[in-house]
Formats: sequence, structure tokens, C-alpha cells
Amino acid sequence: MMKNILGKGLRDIPAPDVANEKYWETVWRRFKKHKLAMIGIVTVAVILLLALLVPMLSPYDPNKSLNVFNEAPSLLHPLGTDQVGRDVMTRLFSAVRISLLVGLMATGISTVIGVLLGLVSGFFGGWVDMLIMRITDIIMSFPYILLVLVAAAVFEPGLWNIILILGFVDWPGIARLVRGSVLSLRETNFVKASEVAGMSKAHILFKEILPNTVAPILIYTTSVLALSILDEAALSFIGMGVQAPTASLGNMLNNAQNLTILTSRPWLWIPPGVMIILLVVAINFVGDALRDAMDPTSGK
Amino acid sequence: MVKYILKRLAIAIPVLIGITIIDFTLSNLAGSPLDMLVGPRVSEAAKLAKEVQLGLDKPVIVQYFIWLKQLLVGNLGYSTKSYQAVSEMIGSHIGPTLLLMGSSFVVGILIALPAGIYSAVHQYSKADYAIVTLSFLGTSIPSFFLAMLLTYIFTVVLGWLPSAGMTTLGVGGGTWDIIKHMIMPVIVLAVGMAGTNIRYIRSAVLEILGKDYIRTAKAKGIGRFKVINKHALKNAMVTVITIFGMEIPSLFGGAVIVEQVFSWPGLGLLMMSAINNRDFPTIMGVCLLSAVVVLLGNLITDLLYAVVDPTIKYN
Repeated sequence: MMKNILGKGLRDIPAPDVANEKYWETVWRRFKKHKLAMIGIVTVAVILLLALLVPMLSPYDPNKSLNVFNEAPSLLHPLGTDQVGRDVMTRLFSAVRISLLVGLMATGISTVIGVLLGLVSGFFGGWVDMLIMRITDIIMSFPYILLVLVAAAVFEPGLWNIILILGFVDWPGIARLVRGSVLSLRETNFVKASEVAGMSKAHILFKEILPNTVAPILIYTTSVLALSILDEAALSFIGMGVQAPTASLGNMLNNAQNLTILTSRPWLWIPPGVMIILLVVAINFVGDALRDAMDPTSGK
Repeated sequence: MVKYILKRLAIAIPVLIGITIIDFTLSNLAGSPLDMLVGPRVSEAAKLAKEVQLGLDKPVIVQYFIWLKQLLVGNLGYSTKSYQAVSEMIGSHIGPTLLLMGSSFVVGILIALPAGIYSAVHQYSKADYAIVTLSFLGTSIPSFFLAMLLTYIFTVVLGWLPSAGMTTLGVGGGTWDIIKHMIMPVIVLAVGMAGTNIRYIRSAVLEILGKDYIRTAKAKGIGRFKVINKHALKNAMVTVITIFGMEIPSLFGGAVIVEQVFSWPGLGLLMMSAINNRDFPTIMGVCLLSAVVVLLGNLITDLLYAVVDPTIKYN
């Protein structure tokens, strides 16, 4: 990567018009240099496309038994069938849909809560800040999985409850991050200028401070998304997450938790595991590249 | 220093109270243990007697204070399932968990620290890319899937390692037997921990290497070894300590999953069976304990800061 920039390739590439480009153009130009992140984006896109098309075009129902049990992969069933007689490939890609749904919704919920609380906490300070930060401390003191497990036991495991639980447990990190950026932004001259100019608090908060926190929030949410997908998988794996017959990447592995399947039916447990790794690695690569690309202090 | 410790403790106390409230509320929402008493032989009168016996007929707030008062004298209550004292149950399960967490912590550090430092010192080299890519893989692989892969390789194919429990039944244990049972769970936990931390350590060291005093040290010509080991690493330690301090909660959480997969007889297994049985005194006990461990971990991290970084003054 570095060699391309510094090495002989330099003369062949037309120099970008760095001085006049917009912020997002800079981000994209820097982002493109990360090979792994580009591979990550392509991977996610391919998986998304397959998740959209496979269950739609597949002749099989992901939750219906075909009465052919534990069949090894064949042309008819590219990933074989499971112990209930369902087509594994159709199930795998409908599981991707569910896992992504959980990940995206949970991330969305925690981001909204975290950003709002972080903005309020950092901007108003005082006892509001004190209260919000102590709640954050308390939630962060519980080992995350333990809290989610107890919550899942309380509210009965299931698709929507898992989304809500992950969403409501995951916000403290974002809240702290946003609060931190708000505190430092409040000291900047452009915010002080607006205050002196008599702008309303809402204007300063939403039109001046919020846009400047978008980059760190976006970077953080990619890691929250990756973690949410992993957490859903872990919870469903131990039977406290998405419940059968709905397929999720985690509960597909739950069914494979015995030595017979482990030994002689690898098509039942390797594909969902590899799919989780692919998705999460790809998302993490993208997040890492975003961190580099969005850093305003980077000179590149 | 003493004043600083007291101040930290004073901040920790409201958090601790908050923890007990959340803990109590959650497990009360979890449903009454009376729900487990169903069947034609259980009469309403028996249920009522049980309710009074367990103190469940009192208002929730009163129940909370009864529980809190007992807590202060070290009584975590009795399991509604096995009628054993919760503190006793925790006592008999905490050893294996601490053994597992401690070993994984050490192995995780032994992997992450050298790899992270090497990666930073050799930035943009092939080895650096390889380490960073591997560390991404380490964070992204679900612990239970890695556990299944390892079981497949080491138990099914090679037959070297046992896949469940802490000792072989009948043989009765011995150190080597326990170590054999520990290898796979420790690898799983350590890989997850190292995966995340390699990149943090790498960027911490990189940041230090970019500082002016490092350039000065280099310019003095004291040699690469001294620049890195004497000037850079010592300063990077402050960040490194925080990074590892933050690992304690996720190790605790990771242990729950890993103990499930490998049937490791620790707090994670205890917790899961308690959840399945709606045994909420036990759930509350384990949650509370883990939260206290996390709080203590944070406190120790803060104190280590003071030891490592002489520029931090606590007055």
C-alpha cells in the first residue's frame, strides 16, 4: 500500500486535486487505498446479494422439512440438508438476513440512545451529566454478556427481544464517545463564536456540534455492528437468542453441538461459522479503514 | 495516594449501589421461583407457605432492603433450587473460573504484547500486515466456533485433548490432567483477547514512537535497542495497562460462553443453570460478584497508572 504511494507509481497516477476536494471526497480517496477494506466492502456486498437472492430463488423453504435427512452436499443441495431435513444453503442465507437484521437494528437503537444521551450530557453538564455518566458506569460494570443473558432470561429470548436487549445494553460506549467530542467541541472557536452571536442552543447543538461528531460515531458504529452480530451469534448458540425454527447464524451452530455432527457432518457447522467470520472481519476492515480515512489530522 | 484511593472508592460506592438496584430489579422481573412449583400435587396452600418462607409476600422495596442487609453480612441468600447457600456455591465455582481467566489473561498478554510491539516497530512491513490481519481474524472469530474447530482438530482428529470438564472422571485429576483440560478453553479466550489488544498496543507504541523525545534519543545515537526498550516501551506501558484493565469484563463474559462449550465447572456454568431454573438468588449473586470484580479491576488499573506514570499526581 505504502509502496504504491511512495514508489515509482507516483508519476503515473494523476495527482488528485487535493486542495479543492470536499470532505467526503477526501475520505473516499483515502479509503480506496485500503485494499483490505475494499475487499471487505465487496465481501459484504456479495453476501448481501446472496442473502437477498438465495432464499428468493431457492426452490426450498428454509424452515420446511424435505424428508431427506443429513444428506451430504450434492448438486441438488449444495450445502446438504440438516437433521430435520431442511436445505442448509437456503437456511444459511436466510440466517444471514436475520443476523444482519439483528445487528443493524441493535446498532441503530444503541446509536440513537447513545448519541442523544452523549449530546445532552456533554452540552448541559452539571447534574444531568453526572447522572447520565453514573448510569453509564453502572451498565459498563456488568460483564456485557452476563447482562444480556440475564435480560434474555427475563424477557424471554426471541428475535425482537434480542434486538431490543442488545440495543439497550450497547449504548454507553457511544454516549461516552459523543460526550467527549462535545466537551472538546464546546471549547472550539466556531462554537464560542456562535454563542457570542446569540445562536439558539438547539442550533449550536444540532447544526454545529452534531455534524462534527459524525465521523467518530460512524467509526464506532461499525465496531458495534460487528460486535452485535457476534453477540447475537453467541446468544443464539447457547439457546438464549433467536429461537427455532427461525434460522440465525448462531442457532444453526447450536444444533451442531454434538460429536456425531462435529465429526461426520461438517456441512452443518462449517458454513455458518465461516459466514460469521467473513461478515465480521469484513465489517471490521471497513471500520479500520474509515478510522484512517476520516481522521482530519492525517496529512495523507 | 491514600486520599486518591479513598476518592476512587467514594465514586465507586454509588455505582455499587446502582449495581445492586439493577441486579435486584432484573432478577425480580425474571419471574417468581413459585412459577417452578407447578403440578397437581402442589396446592395453593403449599405455594402460600413457600411464599412466606421465602419472604416473597413482602413489598419489593422491603425485599430489596432485606436482601441488601443480608448482603452486608456476607449472606447472599439461598438457592431456590438446591437450597445451598449462594456464597457457598459461588465459592466452589469461582476457583475454576479464576484459573481459566487468569491463565487466559497471562497467555493473552504473552501473545498480544510482543506481537503488538513488533508490529509497531516494524510498521508497514510484511510481518506488520500479517499480524494486523491475524488480529482482525482473532477478534472476528466467534469464541464458540473456534472452540468447535479446536475440538474437531484436537479431540476428534488427533485425539490429544479432552473436550469437556476439568478433570477426567475416575482418574481423579492431577495437575497434568487439569492442564490438558485447560488448553483449549484458554486458547479460545486468549485468542479473542489478543486479537483486540494487538492493534491497541500497536497504535499505543506507534504514538510514542512518533514523539519528539524519541527522535532526540535516536539523534543521540544510543542505538535502536535502547531507544525502543528504554524510552518507548516504558512510556507505552501507561496505555497498555489501561488496555489490559479493560479486558477484565470481557474476559468474564467470554468465560461464560467458553465454560458452556467445554463444560468447565465455573461460574459461567453455575450462572446458566441458575438462569434456566430461575434461581434468582444465585443469578443476583454471580452478577453482583462479577460487577464487583470489574469495579475492583478498574480501581487496580487506576492505581497501577500512578505507579507507572510519575507525571500523574493524585491530589
